[in-house]
Amino acid sequence: MSSYEARFKVWRGDVDGGGLEDFRVEVNDGEVVLDIIHRLQATQAPDLAVRWNCKAGKCGSCSAEINGRPRLLCMTRMSVFGRDETVTVTPLRAFPVIRDLVTDVGFNYTKAREVPAFVPPAGVGPGEYRMMQEDVDRPQEFRKCIECFLCQDTCHVVRDHEENKPAFAGPRFLMRIAELDMHPLDAAEESGLDRRRTAQDEHGLGYCNITKCCTEVCPEGIKITDNALIPLKERAVDRTYDPLVWLGNRIRRRT
Amino acid sequence: MSVVDRQEWDVVVVGAGGAGLRAAIEARERGARTAVICKSLFGKAHTVMAEGGIAAAMGNVNSGDNWQVHFRDTMRGGKFLNQWRMAELHAQEAPERVWELETWGALFDRTEDGRISQRNFGGHEYPRLAHVGDRTGLELIRTLQQKIVALQQEDHAETGDHESRLKVFQECTVTRVLKDGDEVGGVFGYERESGRFFVLEAPAVVIATGGIGKSFKVTSNSWEYTGDGHALALLAGAPLLNMEFVQFHPTGMVWPPSVKGILVTESVRGDGGVLRNSEGKRFMFDYIPDVFKEKYAQSEEEADRWYDDPDHNRRPPELLPRDEVARAINAEVKAGRGSPHGGVFLDVSTRMPAEVVKRRLPSMYHQFKELADVDITAEPMEVGPTCHYVMGGIAVDSDSAAARGVPGLFAAGEVAGGMHGSNRLGGNSLSDLLVFGRRAGLHAAEYARGAGSARPRVDDAQVDAAAAEALRPFSAEGEEPADGPPENPYTLHQELQQTMNDLVGIIRREHEMRQALEKLAELRARARRAGVEGHRQFNPGWHLALDLRNMLLVSECVARAALERTESRGGHTREDHAAMDRAWRNVNLLCTLTDPSGGLAATDAVRGQITLTRETTEPVRPDLLALFEKDELVKYLAEEELYE
Repeated sequence: MSSYEARFKVWRGDVDGGGLEDFRVEVNDGEVVLDIIHRLQATQAPDLAVRWNCKAGKCGSCSAEINGRPRLLCMTRMSVFGRDETVTVTPLRAFPVIRDLVTDVGFNYTKAREVPAFVPPAGVGPGEYRMMQEDVDRPQEFRKCIECFLCQDTCHVVRDHEENKPAFAGPRFLMRIAELDMHPLDAAEESGLDRRRTAQDEHGLGYCNITKCCTEVCPEGIKITDNALIPLKERAVDRTYDPLVWLGNRIRRRT
Repeated sequence: MSVVDRQEWDVVVVGAGGAGLRAAIEARERGARTAVICKSLFGKAHTVMAEGGIAAAMGNVNSGDNWQVHFRDTMRGGKFLNQWRMAELHAQEAPERVWELETWGALFDRTEDGRISQRNFGGHEYPRLAHVGDRTGLELIRTLQQKIVALQQEDHAETGDHESRLKVFQECTVTRVLKDGDEVGGVFGYERESGRFFVLEAPAVVIATGGIGKSFKVTSNSWEYTGDGHALALLAGAPLLNMEFVQFHPTGMVWPPSVKGILVTESVRGDGGVLRNSEGKRFMFDYIPDVFKEKYAQSEEEADRWYDDPDHNRRPPELLPRDEVARAINAEVKAGRGSPHGGVFLDVSTRMPAEVVKRRLPSMYHQFKELADVDITAEPMEVGPTCHYVMGGIAVDSDSAAARGVPGLFAAGEVAGGMHGSNRLGGNSLSDLLVFGRRAGLHAAEYARGAGSARPRVDDAQVDAAAAEALRPFSAEGEEPADGPPENPYTLHQELQQTMNDLVGIIRREHEMRQALEKLAELRARARRAGVEGHRQFNPGWHLALDLRNMLLVSECVARAALERTESRGGHTREDHAAMDRAWRNVNLLCTLTDPSGGLAATDAVRGQITLTRETTEPVRPDLLALFEKDELVKYLAEEELYE
């Protein structure tokens, strides 16, 4: 067991501005960045604001940027940094800062409300749902999402383009649409809701140009781009441009 | 004095974990305008950390299962101290609550024939836990969260406002339940982001704040678990039930120190993982207590056969209820047969292929790889007990979830007592949240409707007093140093955690608990001087200073009740009273606030703030007792109970 003193720079401030503050702080074996932030609170900066909950990578609360990279504070081991390296911790850049490392992530809750909910199939009661494991495997991958919003933070469509926010749901919520679209029993289509078309027309799927930044930062290792966004794009394109598919669907829905 | 924003709602739910969200959904669907208040962001509640599954006797994997078997297992797990009517309702209603989640979009793992798969777990006779890998709690929270959003979308379509009938006040903390005379009048709280105070007036309040684990040093619980709901109920005049029963989950991580306490799911054992000591021995065979002798395998061979042929073999002792396994691990370590970092070994690497481990236990694989540099497909994990769950809680009516003594107050989930008796079985928590969350929401909505147009009146004096209490940490710095210097809330918290861990932990001794009560009294006095720097905007030091009141109250309840109960049962183990005593089987211990006049006086150490009373439990209904063999009942029930 060995300890050392690390150099930290932590962004402190609020909506009116702020800057990086320097700290020297003890680090012990096995610790993660969140441990160090907690040590700063307990010993040097009692009012240092940070969100966290489970400290086990399961709740997605402690999202921030470490040396410029979006990460969970609780899953970033100190051992990935050199002992003489300065560790810089800043709030998520794509969202308005509230105080210190805490940002206003309300954008994500607004977008969540814009995605139409699961539509239960008519005539299938509770206890009667039958689905095969191979059919739920794909949407289950997306339901591993812990809503840390790191993908939303890193996505270049909104990261430095506030103006795109109204029209773009972001990777997390486009993935939610893909999840519902792949749900074996979702009855959206029967109810007159075309999830693929709305993904394109209402949630800004077209803005995504599959650079895979979202996949790279996902702490759950979800293949957001390959497994959710690209298939959704392909299906949306079929729907939008293939007149036969379009016609077929129109006819089927009428009956 | 202070001008505080006031809003009117029908039902206010405090807490947005499984129980709170299920209560809110029910209340809203029954027509009550419902507000949910939570300390974290919406969807981050501690429920996300539940791993193993939801216990419900659907009989999808073994058709022998039914509610009676589930009820029996629950009572055995709780050593017959359970509020039996709750255990009955829970076993009966759990399947409906799980199936309902599917209609809201949940995607559980499936059986071969497309139904919800169910897995084995400690204390459950049949495979019973509906699950999604080892992230079932996340699925539960997300499903309930998305159902709430669905209801808000309906309301938006109808009223143009998403929040007209159901609103989530996220990152807000409630510090007081307000009263109108003897009845509930609403809640007082603050927004964490701005520090602004607010009052929600409502005739019905559902408390669903979870547990108390943050009063202990080694715990699987998140920062939110500061016993807020327990304390709110006490302060409002409601009693807490059987607070001595605290579950230490047998398998928490022990290394490295910064992750000590983080949970290692029981599914590891349910799916075939075994416990070994430093000599390589599967020691659990030495720890099967008499009451369970007939139910568990006596040899490794039989235990191993059980996984494939459960009808002709008995289950491995690694799957004993949690209290038994935690005590066994503790004893092995104490006897010098522990692992290098003071735990024991939990091994799946020699029990199943790496691919199977990664598929069935993905988060465990990830957690050990990322946080401890351990590849669980290749080497054993080191594990030891961690404070996980409190069985004690607000005393409630079994059917309605109404708190005793305070009309309009309801409680559900971990914060409510009774359901699990002296020890909870794994998987029974998520089902508890759903069954009693729904019941609390239902009865709160009905109660609010009964209140009709007569809105509760909350006088300004209560609001002013609550505001003054919440602001005190800011003035501590400036006060005369007559009673001592200002205290750092973080330091006080660490001392409290160490005290509870060392003196009221997994194995308890009379003199240590007395020592703990002394220390708690000292901390209470010092906590009055807990001071904070800075201002009210998102200030964690201030938040902690306020949470300390709750942790100290609840810790005193735990210590006093534990000192009083001179036997060992479930989550309460006394070194000086090592056996279970049938005479205690029908005794409940109730904690109430000694001085309910509102303020919290810095009372003396011995007397403290809590008054304990004993109460005899209602006899178990005969038709439920008839579900057990007489030979088994004699191990639990007192003589006079048997002859009734």
